[in-house]
Amino acid sequence: MEILDILLSATFWAAAIRIASPLIFATMGELICERAGVLNLGIEGIMIAGAFTGWFAVYAGMPLPAGVLMALLIGMAFGALHGMLTVPFGLSQHVVGLGVTLLATSMTYFTYRLALPEVTSPPRIEAFAEWPVPVLSDLPLVGPALFSQSPLTYLAFATVAAVAFTLHRTPLGLALRAVGENPASVEAQGLSVTGLRIGAVMAGSGLMAVGGAFLTMSAFNSFFFEMVNGRGWICIALVVFGAWKPWKSLLGAILFAAFDALQIRLQQTPIGAHVPYQVFLMMPFALSILALILMSRRAEVPAALMVPYNKGER
Amino acid sequence: MRLEPIADPGLGRTLGFPAAALAATLAFAMALAMAAGADPLVVLGLMIKGAAGSKFALLETLNRATPLIFTGLAVAVAFRAKLWNIGAEAQLYAGAIIAVLLGTGAVALPWPLLLPLSALAAAVAGSLVLLGPATLKLRFGVDEVVTTLLFNFIMLLFVSYLLEGPMKDPAGMGWPKSQRLIADARLPRIADGLRLHWGFLLALIAAAGVWIVQTRTTLGYEMRAVGLNPTAARFAGLPVGRIMIKTALLSGGLAALAGWSEVAGLKGSLTLDLSPGFGYTGIIVAMLALLNPLGVVVSALFVAGVFVGADSMSRAIGVPTYIADALLAASLLFMVLALLLARVRVRRG
Amino acid sequence: MGGQAQARAVLRLSGITKRFGSLVANDAITFDLHEGEVIALLGENGAGKTTLMNILFGHYSADEGSVKLFGAPLPPGNPRAALAAGVGMVHQHFTLADNLTVTENITLGTEPLWRMGRSRAAARKRVEDLSRDFGLAVHPDARVGNLSVGERQRVEILKALYRDARILILDEPTAVLTPQEADDLFATLKKAVARGMSVIFISHKLHEVMAISSRVLVLRHGKLVGEVRTADTDKHQLATMMVGAEVAELEVRPHAPGPVLLALKGVSTPARGNVTGLRNVTLDLRAGQITGLAGVSGNGQAALAALIGGLELPDKGEMTLDGASVEGWSPRQAVDAGVARIPEDRHTTGTVADFTLTENAILESYGDAKFSRKGWMDWRAAEGFAQDIIARYDVRCPGPATRIRLLSGGNMQKLILGRVLERGPKIILANQPVRGLDIGAVTYVHQRLLQARDESAAVLLISEDLDEVMALSDVIHVISEGRLSPGFARGAMTPAQLGVWMAGHGFERSDHAA
Repeated sequence: MEILDILLSATFWAAAIRIASPLIFATMGELICERAGVLNLGIEGIMIAGAFTGWFAVYAGMPLPAGVLMALLIGMAFGALHGMLTVPFGLSQHVVGLGVTLLATSMTYFTYRLALPEVTSPPRIEAFAEWPVPVLSDLPLVGPALFSQSPLTYLAFATVAAVAFTLHRTPLGLALRAVGENPASVEAQGLSVTGLRIGAVMAGSGLMAVGGAFLTMSAFNSFFFEMVNGRGWICIALVVFGAWKPWKSLLGAILFAAFDALQIRLQQTPIGAHVPYQVFLMMPFALSILALILMSRRAEVPAALMVPYNKGER
Repeated sequence: MRLEPIADPGLGRTLGFPAAALAATLAFAMALAMAAGADPLVVLGLMIKGAAGSKFALLETLNRATPLIFTGLAVAVAFRAKLWNIGAEAQLYAGAIIAVLLGTGAVALPWPLLLPLSALAAAVAGSLVLLGPATLKLRFGVDEVVTTLLFNFIMLLFVSYLLEGPMKDPAGMGWPKSQRLIADARLPRIADGLRLHWGFLLALIAAAGVWIVQTRTTLGYEMRAVGLNPTAARFAGLPVGRIMIKTALLSGGLAALAGWSEVAGLKGSLTLDLSPGFGYTGIIVAMLALLNPLGVVVSALFVAGVFVGADSMSRAIGVPTYIADALLAASLLFMVLALLLARVRVRRG
Repeated sequence: MGGQAQARAVLRLSGITKRFGSLVANDAITFDLHEGEVIALLGENGAGKTTLMNILFGHYSADEGSVKLFGAPLPPGNPRAALAAGVGMVHQHFTLADNLTVTENITLGTEPLWRMGRSRAAARKRVEDLSRDFGLAVHPDARVGNLSVGERQRVEILKALYRDARILILDEPTAVLTPQEADDLFATLKKAVARGMSVIFISHKLHEVMAISSRVLVLRHGKLVGEVRTADTDKHQLATMMVGAEVAELEVRPHAPGPVLLALKGVSTPARGNVTGLRNVTLDLRAGQITGLAGVSGNGQAALAALIGGLELPDKGEMTLDGASVEGWSPRQAVDAGVARIPEDRHTTGTVADFTLTENAILESYGDAKFSRKGWMDWRAAEGFAQDIIARYDVRCPGPATRIRLLSGGNMQKLILGRVLERGPKIILANQPVRGLDIGAVTYVHQRLLQARDESAAVLLISEDLDEVMALSDVIHVISEGRLSPGFARGAMTPAQLGVWMAGHGFERSDHAA
């Protein structure tokens, strides 16, 4: 009964969409990288760096959109590092990705401590306010859920549309899909495998960082250590769940966020009183693993994912 | 740009590039120090002094190296067989839980029996934790990188539950902390008055053991074959699945011993901050050691020294201690690049 | 085809040299290509043909020398420049993305990347027109992953035509075709040449070179060793130029076959991804007999090799070894049952590149009491075994501790031969055993297989090279879409007759007969 009540409430869906927003950005970012053939395990660290950068830029006096842009740029910088090492040099995408995550995380923490040596609790910023869309936000259920959100949430949905359009309707998207399937096909048609892949990793990493920035600039208004808390890894699972397709991945992110919102609410019900809260908190991670198992047999993996391309070998 | 393998790289290349990677790491560390407004030479000096400048410092480094040798070995063993175990953190906590479970009076045995039993049980627990992702990989083709990473979060929440529930120390003033281990369940110190426990020696023995397994046994040969070319291994008739499982059991067991020895040898009880990322740092340790088990000991000492030195330096002049994490992460990237450049030539076209 | 002397040179290579480490892949190569001309570039595997064409196409840049296209110098190392100048290349290994359609593969890279949309209808129309004009039948909306090998090659040619290529390079284009498909290809090329296209045809098959080209350039060990007008030469002269010595004909003495060692009765296997499964296959492998399997690649050869090699089990039907039905079956059991397996790809399947020769030599036998006891390796015994193989099979290498990746393909293959033949096998599965090898290694491998036959082994030779199958086999089966033809005795069929079967005809009749 209670679950039904929750599922029918507008605030629940508003929360689900809010929780989904950072995941949407980062999932699209990872999807772009993987469609181009590069697994980006830097995602977790890049989200942390983006969360800090966006928040700190605003704290330092920049306007909110500039903060988002700064996050994007820092993400692209780490993407460039990842891409340089994994594409022309063809180094292990596993090792480099984890290395980038460790580097981005530690550099963020180092910078944070450097910038704010004395504070015990981090300062707050004026985060993005909700932008209710006229008329649409007055619709029952859908209005509050979809059309009374932060502008960054709208941007997240726009990003999905842009990624889907680019992949399937433009020459660039055609080249990206080809380079993730068989890089030789791209090179034989006079395009640069290295350029396309590094570009994809940079763009994707930028989106991951914006996903992180959503946490500090929209969901909350401050930066905490551990605030990304495995969301990056979950996004990797969401890409698999979405079978490397933008709209399916979006659906996955929303479904996943709905479960997350549900567990938060269930904790406050009588059921929650009998079950340790840790069990609820485990749900997102357990669900991700479950999603991976369910989709493992069906998904169409980009054929050249994790396969480096070296002109000398064919 | 094109990479061309070099048939016989020669000693200069083989050693030169890794040396350059260390130099680059050093330069990076100095840049960070300068960014923090400190004199890089002072920072470096304080770090070295803090890591090895006194008997106390040195012992602190050896203590810190102990769990890193175990997790480094766990990663080295797994990566050698291309089993991407990023879940040493979870396996470590599994070992720690067993140390508490068997060591807080539930099992009444004298230490010569209790300690081996508890170590064995811890290793088994860690093995089982990695068995899950390994089985998912073999049965469903689920990438173990993501599953082991996700398991880390689940395990930490499980530990949190234990420490606030069934394992909570009633005398802990409400802190999420386990009861202390009884004397028979503690690893003794190597010598009286020496602040170093037997865990360190066990870690050295484990490293030697892994080395012997890798170089002298059929299992070691099988693990290397599967890691280098699973297709050829399967074609030649190697039981690839079984080898993967054995690798997972070995790797998970080694990682668990890190947690077990931290609880039984150093901390005496389990808290949520038992591991400041020993599992993840194990990846750096293993990669810097080129996945060689004996090299793991050396690189664990180096990595531990960096951490201990940075702590001490930070207390003295306030440069954030995260400088250690950052320079180690950078060293990982420098090193993998250096190892590549040591065996290929970069050519245009 | 006279009058080329007056035709203008569309392509001029001068003094092209390319080194890979200490290997000189191309050594000061100079030649011209004229408008509307077909020249053949003839050479053994490893002679440097593909490297030269990769330089021309811009995949590699030359260490020395220059390329001029239509009088203008070609900037090195830039495929885009080569494409823009009108060079089209059909690679030996197709460069197609399986997840895209035919039209998408063809238009890839032909539009500016940052355009907000693709002109799909116009592109599709153009592909349709071209495929009709040049007789290159393929559906413009088909997913490339679902195409046959022959169709994929047509897509590759369409890629060049779509870009209005003036020079077409084809690297071993017939290796994957039936004789009839090869004829169709030649017809297409003639149409293109009639419209002013110039063609470089790379091959090591003499009869094709004689059939299609007006001039032949011969490469040997990276050097251009000869240039002749096709009308003024013959196969024998070309062969001698190509190899650098008189080529000895392979001598095959007849040998009486023994009992059936391995039999398939109505066996079917599942299709796996792009791998065609077997359909109701019946086959006897007899002692002392070489059974050849002819067919276009991708028609079930991989499935048959997987089945006999222990990687696959029949869905339907029965496999018997020495008359006993095979129940459990794995690579291990295949090895133990006396099946020697020479895999199709020695680099990815046959060897572990970063293992030493010793470690590779014992890959199938490290568990034997000879090399290990109770889980402990006896490395000294293993090294002795590797030494024996090196000596007996003429593996040229610095020593058993060398990483096998440093060996040439021929020496790698000899080590694999030694590894499997030293076990005294009853059945030998030789899957593309000489692909990519130079003539010396080819002869060596063939002699070893014949010797094994004479010592009463049952040999199954799988090859896409019809000439090889016809030269070695006592009995030939043709495989097409997973179906197996009846066995044809040596000399019973002409290449054209086998080609009919390779194209998939004749199976229905024999199904009824059976």
